[in-house]
Amino acid sequence: MAADKVDPIHQFHIIKLLPINIGGYDLSFTNSALFMVATVAVASAFLYLSTSSRSLVPGRLQSVSEMAYEFVSNMLRDAAGTQGLKFFPFVFSLFMFVLVANLLGLFPYFFTVTSHIIVTFGLAALVIGTVVVYGFMKHGLGFLKLFVPHGVPVFLLPLVVLIEVISFVSRPVSLSVRLFANMLAGHITLKVFSGFVVSLSALGAVGIAGSILPLAMAVALTALELLVAFLQAYVFAVLTCMYLNDALHPGH
Amino acid sequence: MADKNGPDGTGETGRGKQHDADIRDDELERRRRDLEATLATRRPDRSEGKDDARAVAGYGQALKLSSEFIAGIVVGVGLGWFLDRVAGTSPWGLIVGLLLGFGAGVLNVLRSAGVVAEFGQSDKPRDPKE
Repeated sequence: MAADKVDPIHQFHIIKLLPINIGGYDLSFTNSALFMVATVAVASAFLYLSTSSRSLVPGRLQSVSEMAYEFVSNMLRDAAGTQGLKFFPFVFSLFMFVLVANLLGLFPYFFTVTSHIIVTFGLAALVIGTVVVYGFMKHGLGFLKLFVPHGVPVFLLPLVVLIEVISFVSRPVSLSVRLFANMLAGHITLKVFSGFVVSLSALGAVGIAGSILPLAMAVALTALELLVAFLQAYVFAVLTCMYLNDALHPGH
Repeated sequence: MADKNGPDGTGETGRGKQHDADIRDDELERRRRDLEATLATRRPDRSEGKDDARAVAGYGQALKLSSEFIAGIVVGVGLGWFLDRVAGTSPWGLIVGLLLGFGAGVLNVLRSAGVVAEFGQSDKPRDPKE
C-alpha cells in the first residue's frame, strides 16, 4: 500500500467489488458491504457456535457469550428498567455489530466499517427512529412532553422548546460522530506511526535504530485501539439504552 | 483510612488495665505509622497507573463533550439552512439556527456533564427505574 508515499487516508477508500446499478441508483457491493457481511457472519457464527453445546457449566467460549448477554441485559435494565427488556434483541444486535466491526477493523488490511460516518449515522438514525416511533405509539402526543421542561416561564417556553428539539435531534448526530471520529482518528494515528517506521528505516542504520520508537508507539496504540473498540461499542449501547428510556418514560 | 476504625479504639474498653492499654495503643500507633509509610512508598506506582487510566478517561470525556457541542451547532445550522431553502428567508434562518444551535450545544454539554436535568425532567436527579 505504502510503497514510497505514506497515505493514511488510503485505508478508508471504498472500492466497488461488484458493480450493481438498479434504476439509476448505485447499489454496488463494495468492500464496506463485504466487511459488514463479514461482521454479521462472524458475530452470528461466534454466538451460534459458542452456545451450541449449551452445557450447564459453561465452557470458555460459552461463558464469553453469556457474559456479553448479561452485560447488555444489565445495562438495559439499569438504564430503562424492566420494560426496556423488550428492546433487548435490538440493543444486543447493535452492540455486537459495532463491537465486531471495530475489532475486525483492527486487523491489518481489513476495512473498518465504523470509520465511515454514514454507517454510524445509519445506526444512530435507526436508534432515534425507534425512539420516536415507539414513543408516539406508546404515549401519543404525550411524548412531546419530553421537550417541555418543568418550571419554565411561559414567555420563555417557545425558545426553550426550540432548543430542546434541536438538542434532541442532535443526539443521533453526536452518537454517530463520536463512534466515527474515534475509529477514524485511531486508525489514522496508527497508520501514521507505522508509516514513520517504514520511512525512517529507509534512512539506513541510524534510521532503523530510530524507528524503534514509533514501532513501540504503534504497539501501544494498537492496545489503546483495542480498548477504544470495546469502549465505543459500550458507549453506543449505553446511549441507546438511555434514549430508549426516554421513549418508555417521557417526562415523568 | 485507619482514623475511624483503626486499632486505636481497642484500648478504650479495657479501663481496668490502663497501663497495658497505653502500651498497646502506643505499639499499635507505631505499627500504624509504619504501615502508612510503607503504603506511601508503594503508592506512586499505583497512582501512575491511575494517571494512565485517567488520561484515557479524560480523552473519552473530551471527545464526548466536543461531539455533543458540535452536534448541537451542526443540527441548528442545518435546520436553519433547510428552513431558508424551503421558506426563502435567507439568511435569517441560518443566523437564528446558528444561535439556537449554539444554545442547544451548550445544553448538550451541560447535560452530558450532569449539571442540567435530563430530558423532560425538573431539577430532581435522574431515576431510571421509575
